[in-house]
Amino acid sequence: MITIKNLSASIEGKKILNGLNLEVKAGEIHAIMGPNGSGKSTLASVLAGREDYEVESGEVLFNGKDLLEMSPEERAREGLFLAFQYPVEIPGVSNANFLKSAVNEIRKHHQMPELDSKDFLKLMKEKMQLVELDKSLTTRAVNEGFSGGEKKRNEIFQMAMLNPILAILDETDSGLDIDALRIVANGVNKLKAENKAFIVITHYQRLLDYIVPDVVHVLNKGRIVKTGTKELALELEEKGYDWLKTESTSV
Amino acid sequence: MSEDQQIIDKVTSEEYKYGFTSDIETETAPPGLNEDIIRFISEKKNEPQFLLEYRLKAYRHWLTLTEPEWPNVNYKKVDFDKIIYYAAPKQKPTLNSLDELDPELKATFDKLGISLDEQKRLAGVAVDAVIDSVSVKTTFRESLKELGIIFCSFSEAVHEHPELIKKYLGSVVPYTDNFYAALNAAVFSDGSFCYIPKGVRCPMELSTYFRINTAGTGQFERTLIVADEGSQVSYLEGCTAPMRDENQLHAAVVEIISMKDANVKYSTVQNWYPGDKNGKGGVYNFVTKRGVCEGSNSKISWTQVETGSAVTWKYPSVILKGDHSIGEFYSVAVTKNHQQADTGTKMVHIGRNTKSTIVSKGISAGFSQNSYRGLVRIGSKATNARNFSQCDSLLLGDQCGAHTFPYLEVNNQSAKVEHEATTSKIGEDQIFYCNQRGLSTEDAVSMIVNGYCKEVFNQLPMEFAVEAQKLLAITLEGSVG
Repeated sequence: MITIKNLSASIEGKKILNGLNLEVKAGEIHAIMGPNGSGKSTLASVLAGREDYEVESGEVLFNGKDLLEMSPEERAREGLFLAFQYPVEIPGVSNANFLKSAVNEIRKHHQMPELDSKDFLKLMKEKMQLVELDKSLTTRAVNEGFSGGEKKRNEIFQMAMLNPILAILDETDSGLDIDALRIVANGVNKLKAENKAFIVITHYQRLLDYIVPDVVHVLNKGRIVKTGTKELALELEEKGYDWLKTESTSV
Repeated sequence: MSEDQQIIDKVTSEEYKYGFTSDIETETAPPGLNEDIIRFISEKKNEPQFLLEYRLKAYRHWLTLTEPEWPNVNYKKVDFDKIIYYAAPKQKPTLNSLDELDPELKATFDKLGISLDEQKRLAGVAVDAVIDSVSVKTTFRESLKELGIIFCSFSEAVHEHPELIKKYLGSVVPYTDNFYAALNAAVFSDGSFCYIPKGVRCPMELSTYFRINTAGTGQFERTLIVADEGSQVSYLEGCTAPMRDENQLHAAVVEIISMKDANVKYSTVQNWYPGDKNGKGGVYNFVTKRGVCEGSNSKISWTQVETGSAVTWKYPSVILKGDHSIGEFYSVAVTKNHQQADTGTKMVHIGRNTKSTIVSKGISAGFSQNSYRGLVRIGSKATNARNFSQCDSLLLGDQCGAHTFPYLEVNNQSAKVEHEATTSKIGEDQIFYCNQRGLSTEDAVSMIVNGYCKEVFNQLPMEFAVEAQKLLAITLEGSVG
């Protein structure tokens, strides 16, 4: 699905990713953990194509195509989705309208006919149930006045609507209470499929109780320093990240 | 794709598409202004004596005035001796049917998407089409007449209803009001007149479409709307002009009188030629628009979408005389390239329990300057008057400017006046968020800006709202890199 080779990236001259390698296959869920400032969110931003970051070296193959050559919207249309850590508000634009434009842009890209209002509403109703989203949130402006939990749920709802092949969840668990966490995780689990992959970025092990990863990576100083199974996450929870820091510098 | 997006897609490749000129035989006055020119205009229009005298008084007063310097705009001053004050398509003065209309003239309006053919016209809108100095055709006159509604060109009203003209002309905007209002009163050529009798709800939107065609002409139209007790009307105004290198002057006056329990809604989509991207050419839009809420519980609502003109100077205002009367002003003003706009409103509270709402959305791009200027005056007798003002500015790019000049004069302790103002830059974050959902940057900007203007667009009649969105898309194309 996605192969990242020797990826280095910086922002304002400061190097954040430092020769990162990662391969995620279809059907897999990978968790990326790591201390603050290790480059987790930068990785998500670089993959999604945020302009503030400069890619210095490396290559990323997404579904056989050169990801780094694509504009952010092309990446999205090719099936890459980022659930934002801080979802952005767009006043005056209804969630439904926003999503209808997005869904149809993506369909157009795949030479599929655009959805008319009736079919779109049907799809929306179906996906809303998936994340137990209140109906009023679809008619309200995108994320405007949403609570923290509503924003995160809205991200998962958008993911369900856009049906990506690779979804990157950037600390979707942060700021969520346990009920919201369960709803978000359920949403992800229901979307899991053989032809889809997930990269779940999180600071805490907690989310991984609900979304069970196939592989857990630990990121430190812009590269993956340890890779393991779900048990690695538990170990991190217990020991913290300090032991890895010393381990990685001694490598 | 949503409907908005389709519209946006369709038009984003276009520049100012109304910039063509029509080859219509016209009759023009020699350039320059003096009493003879005024007599010439008045004679051409076969006007009664009282009107000629009104014009001459206005002209003599105008000579004593100087152009206002206080607006936040810079432009090459108008040479009033070079302007042609009267230009009219050569044709029969009154038309009995569409067949008698100059085909080129009809084609012009067809090209603008304004059908003068009642059969083909979308139901629900009556049009008065004004080209250069004269009204060429008013549709649906007969069917409106059955309800007692008078909707015709100003010139016709002068002949058919002189008593109404005499009574109301200049009653809201006297010729002494300001420089351009005085000039307009002296030389105004045509415009629309509308009278809604007591208790009548006008069943269709009334609309005037203004077009400057002849080079070197100024357009000085005059609109007068009288809504008698308990009546209701929604009025639309649209405008375009050919692309020309020189600046053209448009100095109109609109007067509205809203009697007891009457409700007037006036919507404008202003799309005069804004000049080229280097700021050459374009229309100077110096307009005085004012309404008076004469009776109790009367209402006047102005909605404007301003995207055109090189320089705009315009403050649609409401004088709230009647107790419990309501004044509203909703505005979207977009400037790009070297456009300059100084626009806003005046809400003058005189009666008790009067209420006004101001929502102004400015969008500046390129090297443009966009100013909101608004006055809220609460008179000493305006007990319990209320005003809410919200002025938002959105900047696209870092070479443009947004300015807000609110003036408040409160002379009654019981008044409640609120003013909110924000200035924001279109967020990179917002654009990236849209990109990440598969939307192009251009679509993202259109969507964000349309969302920003939604409060105002919601006030527009359906057909106009779509046009406004289209305009916004064309106007902002290429504004964000």
